[in-house]
Amino acid sequence: MKISLTINGREVSADVEPRTLLVHFLREDQGLTGTHIGCETSYCGACTVLVDGKTVKSCTMFAVQADGASITTVEGLADNGQLHPVQEGFWERHGLQCGYCTPGMIMSAVGLLQEKQSPSEDEIRHAIEGNLCRCTGYHNIVRAIEYAAAKMRGEEPPPPDWEEEEVSV
Amino acid sequence: MEVIHPRNLEEALAAVADGMTPLAGGTDLMVEVNYGQKRPERVVALRRLADIADFSPTRIGAGVRWRRIEKEGPRALAQAARTVGSPQIRNAGTIGGNVATASPAGDGLPFLAAVDASIELTSGSGSRLLRWDEYFVGVKQTARRSDELVTAIVLADDLPERQEFAKVGVRNAMVISTVCCVVTRREDGATTVALGSVAPTPMRARRAEEMISSERSPSEATLAEFARLVSEEVAPITDHRSTEEYRRHAAGVLARRLLERCLRREAA
Repeated sequence: MKISLTINGREVSADVEPRTLLVHFLREDQGLTGTHIGCETSYCGACTVLVDGKTVKSCTMFAVQADGASITTVEGLADNGQLHPVQEGFWERHGLQCGYCTPGMIMSAVGLLQEKQSPSEDEIRHAIEGNLCRCTGYHNIVRAIEYAAAKMRGEEPPPPDWEEEEVSV
Repeated sequence: MEVIHPRNLEEALAAVADGMTPLAGGTDLMVEVNYGQKRPERVVALRRLADIADFSPTRIGAGVRWRRIEKEGPRALAQAARTVGSPQIRNAGTIGGNVATASPAGDGLPFLAAVDASIELTSGSGSRLLRWDEYFVGVKQTARRSDELVTAIVLADDLPERQEFAKVGVRNAMVISTVCCVVTRREDGATTVALGSVAPTPMRARRAEEMISSERSPSEATLAEFARLVSEEVAPITDHRSTEEYRRHAAGVLARRLLERCLRREAA
């Protein structure tokens, strides 16, 4: 079945077998392996991409359903080698360990920051509730998103919490 | 496999009448497809069918996604919407899908029972409205004929002033309800109590409703009796998600908690 869509700003036409999941199309047909496959049951969120600006889990959508849509994957965030503020936040605040969940986590954060400029910690945690991380305990991911939010508002990000003054006993 | 994208409701209905499998947000069907439990040969994808995405205080199109209901829906339904899956799931999943799948654990369903909503079913030969208790007939069993699509949820224009939803599950997000509940209460005390995950279909706790509706400021003993009646009326089973005993207990606790929230809002 022929489909035409926009992926990371690039017009793409392809002939896909209707049973192909969007995530398989992105990874195998388009070579965009930044989007990971974790569970294929929509639990883990590793495959999160933006479809027409909204986060969805690309393992539970057929590629043909994206006909006419605009898709953004983690590869589409950086601008001419300049990291997106969310990517920079994950780098600067150690928002990852193994990195498997990171692309999906970053896309969920991008989805949140499109809607809310100054999310509270609660709102950040609610926004990444559909993304599982088995390494970090989420703490540094929340800090990374706070970093990105500040950057995107044109403010100085809060200092990393490992630089906070130690409490003397 | 074949997937078609109908341009309008008429084309969608023709496809369904022709035996094609309807696919809305995909949050149920796609999981079954990925697990190999279902292998639909022919699929009609409804994702972008604007004809069933209308939204008004008395009518919510089947294609309306949880993301929108969470922001614009009636209070208890919006609260329920916020607990559906995660942001990505709420950007995909629709209320029509919840109703069509008719899982006993469907988070949107107790609200429909609590406010006596109707389900609009449409086929090539026209539409019919079924009250929720005529529509839901068993575990994932409904009165929908195979040539019909769920096209809308129809609500009364005088929903109760106070309405509260809550659910119990093993974690906060991406969780299927162990018990979910909606309590509504009107100015005159008329109360409804609807529960999910505790019977084959969403259900009402009628005896508890009757008892509490005549109580204007229920005492501690009355609230305890209300919770006991709810626990007694539900008909849960023990399965991989919980036990009958726990579900009975949690149903009473939840219903009482929600009633107390309604009463506090009444007092405020």
